[in-house]
This record gives sequence, structure tokens and C-alpha cells, in this order.
Amino acid sequence: MTKKIKNLNLNFGPQHPAAHGVLRLILELDGEVVEKADPHIGLLHRGTEKLIENKTYMQAVPYFDRLDYVAPMNQEHAFALAIEKILKIEVPIRAQFIRVIFCEIGRILSHILNVTTQALDVGALTPSLWGFEERETLMTFYERASGSRLHANYFRAGGVHQDLPAGLEDDISNFCERFPKIINDLENLLTDNRIFKQRNVDIGIVTKEDALDYSFTGVMIRGSGIPWDLRKSQPYDCYEQLEFKIPVGKNGDCYDRYLCRIEEMKESVSIIKQCLSKIEKGPIKSSDGKISPPPKKDLKQSMEALIHHFKLFTEGYRVPKDEIYTAVEAPKGEFGVYLISDGTNKPYKCKIRAPGFSHLQSMDYLIRGHMLADVPAVLGSLDIVFGEVDR
Amino acid sequence: MNNLLDLEKRINSELTTKIKNSKINHDQIFLEIDKENLIDVTQFIKTHKDMRFRQLIDITVVDYPEKTQRFKIVYLFLSHEFNQRIVLSYFINENEVISSLTTIFPSANWMEREVFDMYGVNFKNHPDLRRILTDYGFEGHPLRKDFPLTGHTEVRYSEEASKVVSEPVKLEQNYRNFDYQSPWEGTKYIKEQTKNNDKKN
Repeated sequence: MTKKIKNLNLNFGPQHPAAHGVLRLILELDGEVVEKADPHIGLLHRGTEKLIENKTYMQAVPYFDRLDYVAPMNQEHAFALAIEKILKIEVPIRAQFIRVIFCEIGRILSHILNVTTQALDVGALTPSLWGFEERETLMTFYERASGSRLHANYFRAGGVHQDLPAGLEDDISNFCERFPKIINDLENLLTDNRIFKQRNVDIGIVTKEDALDYSFTGVMIRGSGIPWDLRKSQPYDCYEQLEFKIPVGKNGDCYDRYLCRIEEMKESVSIIKQCLSKIEKGPIKSSDGKISPPPKKDLKQSMEALIHHFKLFTEGYRVPKDEIYTAVEAPKGEFGVYLISDGTNKPYKCKIRAPGFSHLQSMDYLIRGHMLADVPAVLGSLDIVFGEVDR
Repeated sequence: MNNLLDLEKRINSELTTKIKNSKINHDQIFLEIDKENLIDVTQFIKTHKDMRFRQLIDITVVDYPEKTQRFKIVYLFLSHEFNQRIVLSYFINENEVISSLTTIFPSANWMEREVFDMYGVNFKNHPDLRRILTDYGFEGHPLRKDFPLTGHTEVRYSEEASKVVSEPVKLEQNYRNFDYQSPWEGTKYIKEQTKNNDKKN
């Protein structure tokens, strides 16, 4: 007697805690083996690009915070750089250091979240409790500089919104002394942990060729052994003056990507330390009154400052006709902005290149032939945040 | 090839007629080609030993509704080996079908789906051309310039029907698109009024 066996279709998400947001993953299962995965995305689609086309350049900045909301300032950075390149404005050196400090804080924020939730997905609760305590500290740094913990709206074309408050540099410096110990604690829990290794080693292997074909960037491509980091290869702001290493994986599996993230956090701490030792007092935004708003105290005394203030917050600044693609090394990979300006105060087109989009697309290729229990492990190591995938 | 100028010359000399226009701007090469040559040019810059543009970074479209060739299709490529970027583009009419890059770059799959979803551009030989970012059953192409910012429909939970229903958008107040541009010369309607007054006098 023959029995007909039918494959099982399983909906993973959109409300599954290990789906890292609103992913609906349709899995075709043969027993416990995944035959096919079809991610359905767009449940968090807000039309960011359309909205940006209808706002002035300054009003568009907050939308970038809401893309990858675990490392908001890294996104703002790409947008600010794009406008600066078109307008050809110089950023004061202090502003460059401030930006790099906060970008690296963003990288740590993102990597803590990813490493600890990946551990959570494979059954370890403690790392997330320890890690989130540190994220809280880092977010207070965000709050003290910009006024809000998450949606910072801090970077501007030509610099940053305001100077750092008194004492913040010391506190960040204290944190840098303390934090390596926390990374060590996390590593003690995970790196040699038998269960963690069983769940991650040799799972979701990406070869060098495939990493290129599937447009992987960031940790995804470095985990496969390609030393590619935009901070080194196409440096922006003051990264050229800083010394740091690019951790590279060997096997391209989930475990290597975890190790890369841990090492990158250590490098980030060293970058922040270097910045803090080099940073000097000085202006924090471009002195061009047509782009940066004047200081508050000038408004009462200077007619010109008042006019500039009024014009900047109604019309905004105009950006000459041009076309540019600018990319930064965000924690998740290459985050790019393809901007077309048409000489008015609003962008004609602003395409956002989110790293998570191309990473998630490879889900089918990565998971085919793996067991159902490997799905959260692979998904966790892709480092997906739906704010940027869906835009 | 590490030098941008050399690279541009090389591409122009090897592909001659296939390149309509090329320029260097912001340390990137901007190439304009014909729609028919897309596959050839991509294959060439991907495999040639002095170029190795191995990664497709993104595909997008720019909409110019006033032009006859309405859509500008843009491809961004990256070469890790030589640390260079190329921006490839061409213009098409509204209903033209273009070739898919999925055979050369597997990652083009979702990028082309997004372009199809957002702009309604069709691809031939695409393995799985479905909408990607918009809702199931969505109509229209949101990133076209003639699609309103507010959209056409809104959804709410209906108590009577016990399900989510979608209805035409009802706005309490119109979307306010202030014209802040060059107010020193007076806004448009004031100019027209003064002109009319001049005529009357």
C-alpha cells in the first residue's frame, strides 16, 4: 500500500517573537526539513520615500531615524553626507568627531540587540537582560545629545544640531572603560557555550561567491571572509584619521557572523576612545547662514540672523540640480541614499538602499534543506529590522 | 582599474556604440545606455578582468511624467576589487517591458519586484513578478508622481462586518502643500491678480 505524503505549509509570523518584527515567512516543510521559504514583507511599509519627496530637506531627516530604529543616527549620516556633497560644504572637525562617536554608539546599540536576541532565539535568556542594560545607558547618551532616546533627528547637512552638553564626553569615556568587561561577560556566556555552538556552527553558510551575487554587505559579507568595510575603503568624515581593524569570518556561518559582531563592538569602543582623545572645542555646524540656522541668542539682535532663521524653517534651503549615490557602513551593512535634487527645496527623488532588504531576500537560498529549528537562528544572524526592510 | 578616468575611457572604447553618454560626477561613473543593451553591458562590466563590478547594489526608477520617455531606470553597481561605483541608466516609455537581470544577479529578484510594485514597470523573464511592499490586493503604483501622497483608500476595523474594511480616503482637512518658494517675488495668485488689475487699468 502506498501513502501519499503532502508537504506542510507553515506560516511563520507575522506575530512570531523570533520573526524580529512583522515578517510573514511562508515555509514549505517536508517533515522537519524546509523545502522552500517565501518571505512576505511590507507589513510595516510607510512610504518613506514618497513622504521625503514631499518634505523639505530638513524635514526629511526624522524619517531616517525610523528606518533602522535600533541605530538611527547611522542613517541620518548617509542623508547628511549626500546633501553636503551636492552643496559642497565643509563640516567642522568637531562635528565630524561627534558624528563618528554617535555612529559607533549606534553600531554598538545595534550589535548588542542582535547578538543578544539571536541568543534568545536559540534559548539563552540572560545575555539579553545584561545587554539591554547597556543599551539603556547608550540611549541616555543619545538623549543627552539630541533630546530623545531613539528618534534622534540630530545630524544636519553641515554638522550636527547642537553641541554636546557638559560632562557627556566624560561619561561616554567612562562607559568605554567599563563596556569591554560586559562584552567579556557576554562572550563567557555564549562563545564557548555548547548549546549556542550546536545551534549556530555550520548553519546558514554563505560562500564568498554567493555573498557577492546576493548583494550582501556589512557583517554578512565579512562573515564570509571578504574584508570589505566602507569606513576603510571609501572613508567618510574623519574615519581616515582613526585606526581600527576589520574583523573577518572564515566559514560564513551564523557563528562566524556572531563573532564578527562581538569583535566589531570592541573596535567601536576603541574608535570612540580615539575620537574622545582627539576631539577639540570648536564649531559644530557649517557657518553658512543659508544652510545652518543661527544661534538662538543672535535672533534678538541681528536682523540677518532673524531672516535666515525664518527662511530656513519655512522654505528650507535649496539644493542645486544634481544626482548622487552616497553610502555609509551602517551596523547592518551598506546603507545608501540615491538622491536626485532639482534645484528646489525638496528632493525630487530619494531612493533608500537598505541592507536588510537584500539580506532577507536570500532567506530562501539560506534556509533550503535546513531544519525548521534553524529558521530563527538564520533569521537572527541576518540582522533584520523591519523599519528599513519595508521603508 | 583604479583610476576613474582610465576606467571611463576603457568602458567607452570597449563598448563604443552601446554607451550613449558617460560622465564622472562625485567620484562615480554615470553611464547612459539603450534599453536593448542592458544585458550585454551588465555582463561586460561584471566579468571583465579590469572592472569586476560583481555586486548589484540597487535598482530604482525616476519618474518624469512630463517627458514622453517617462521612466528613467537606474542600476547601481559596485566593484570591490577596484573600489569603484557605476550608475547605469536608460529611459523607457510608460508601457515598455524591460529585461530582467535575475539571470546575472540573483539579488535583482526583489529589487525588480519593488520597481514593479512602486512604478508599474514590467520585466520579462522575471521568475516571480509579484507585488512586494504594498498590501495584498493593492491597486496603483505609489511612487509615481501622479499618485497622491494620501493614497486612494484607507482601512479600518468595521464592527458590523467584524473585519478590516478598506474605504476611499476621507480627509478632515486637505493636505496642505504650502508654496514657500521665492515668496519675495510674491506668490503666484498675487502676481496674477496684479497682472489682471494692470490690464483693467
